[in-house]
Amino acid sequence: MLSMLDVERIRADFPILGRRVRDGKRLIYFDNAATTQKPKQVIDAIYNYYMNYNANIHRAVHQLSEEATEAYEGARAKVARFIDARSDEVVFVRNATEAINLVAYAWGRANIRAGDTILVSEMEHHSNIVPWQMLAREKGARLQYIRIDYDGNGGNSMGDADGGHGGGGDAGSLVLDDLHHALSHESVKLVAISHMSNVLGTINPVEEIVEVCRDKGKGTMVLVDGAQSAPHMPIDVKDIGCDFFAFSAHKMLGPTGVGVLYAKRDILDSMHPFIGGGDMIREVHKYDASWNDLPWKFEAGTPNIADVIGFGAAIDYLSAIGMENIRAYEHQLTEYMLSRLRDVKGLRLYGSREAGGRGAVFSFNLADIHPHDLATILDEDGIAIRSGHHCAQPLMERLGVAATSRASLYIYNTREEIDRFIESLERARLIFRVG
Amino acid sequence: MSSADIYREIILDYYRNPRNYGRLESPDVVVRDTNPLCGDEVEMHIKFEDGKVKDIRFNGKGCAISQASASMLTEMVMGKSLDEVKGLGKQDILETLGLPNLGPARIKCALLSLKVFKLGVYSYIAERMGESEAASIKDEASRLF
Repeated sequence: MLSMLDVERIRADFPILGRRVRDGKRLIYFDNAATTQKPKQVIDAIYNYYMNYNANIHRAVHQLSEEATEAYEGARAKVARFIDARSDEVVFVRNATEAINLVAYAWGRANIRAGDTILVSEMEHHSNIVPWQMLAREKGARLQYIRIDYDGNGGNSMGDADGGHGGGGDAGSLVLDDLHHALSHESVKLVAISHMSNVLGTINPVEEIVEVCRDKGKGTMVLVDGAQSAPHMPIDVKDIGCDFFAFSAHKMLGPTGVGVLYAKRDILDSMHPFIGGGDMIREVHKYDASWNDLPWKFEAGTPNIADVIGFGAAIDYLSAIGMENIRAYEHQLTEYMLSRLRDVKGLRLYGSREAGGRGAVFSFNLADIHPHDLATILDEDGIAIRSGHHCAQPLMERLGVAATSRASLYIYNTREEIDRFIESLERARLIFRVG
Repeated sequence: MSSADIYREIILDYYRNPRNYGRLESPDVVVRDTNPLCGDEVEMHIKFEDGKVKDIRFNGKGCAISQASASMLTEMVMGKSLDEVKGLGKQDILETLGLPNLGPARIKCALLSLKVFKLGVYSYIAERMGESEAASIKDEASRLF
């Protein structure tokens, strides 16, 4: 295959990909939307910190602390460059979920009032729904949904005699009329939207959404949940123009326990802290305190130093390959996967059949085989996929299914692995005696 | 245990043609539970008479194992006395399913129906004979997984 990146060389950096599972089967890891594997560069960076310069950061004057501080703040600078932000606009948290909660608590509580509207979409992950439900309930605000254009009539079913062509090419995209309508008729304070769906793979037009909010809204803020986009495509928060952008390290080759909240500097300045404690203060007296500068105002207590440093190594790794190259390679994988899925009889794909405008996340059901049964059969062939509601139950309801199977790919996956995956689907059809 | 062993004809048959599927007109208890990890869902309607399970139906959605297990369970308990069904354990279900060595990832699927049934028996007994009489059944149900 024509390739802009050397997949075999990349694979060699991931020790776990050499693992055998289930009686000697070569591991095929297709659960990257849940978490990705880690290259040894990331593992080494964490190991090196603990082995050679473990110390708490920021206030000590000894050499180890100096080195640790430099590495920790160095990682912040890398993240800032990676998304075209300033370093003081990058707040480290535990994960994208915490980043969104930070906004809900620190910004939302001060700015959302009774009667205001918070707008999300039907394709959101629970992490971009539940914090807003909690906030809306507390404030007497309204939570509303931008619909998706899914018609549920086989427009996007694949593999049927007539299902392979025509229609359904944009199944699972947002109905932007709902955004326009809400902005014209209601006091929409916040639009919180995922950049890429963790179920459908849809890449949402967040630049356009921001523009519409600026034009028609009255100070409408936009939060972009980038947990699924930041690992797979170039991100430029200035180009997007959003007020908040949230993502997680562990979905982009980094360790668990690190997430990022980007927010525009003036917004962070205007926000009260989320969590109080050490490191986030300038001065503390018996009965009051003043806050530290950005971004430390939002990082109370000893942070996850080792894993932030590990995340820095992951950013280096991704940057060396180049996010444009990653996007292009995954586009090729997506085209190939879509062409292969088309030939699997009885397979129903949820999401677009066009490789453009979507990522390499494929949710589907196969005949009447329940996703958990399918995942069990694939697991036996060494293939790790996910089955269930993918933390998107409102979307499952909208699609009219209890669960789906989901294969999600990344830079170390190959066409050969897709072939083996398709073979395994065929085996599942045999085991379930699907005609 | 390979999936060819798990998904034998009989399991698929109960999955696709579940016996005692549906609801009862006037059940003594209706009890429902889900497996939050995978969303399997089982609801049981039970009618008791003369200390026996007079009639029982189930409905729900989920994988082949969870639905076949629920259907088989309804057949196992139909007409049995309360004493008999109180004694039902994990192994009885797994053996009836023919899956005595089901792995940790899927065993909850097989046992959800037993949990729901036990909770049904619990609420029937608790209502008629008091909480203390029934407490041990609830305990057993919660210890299944």
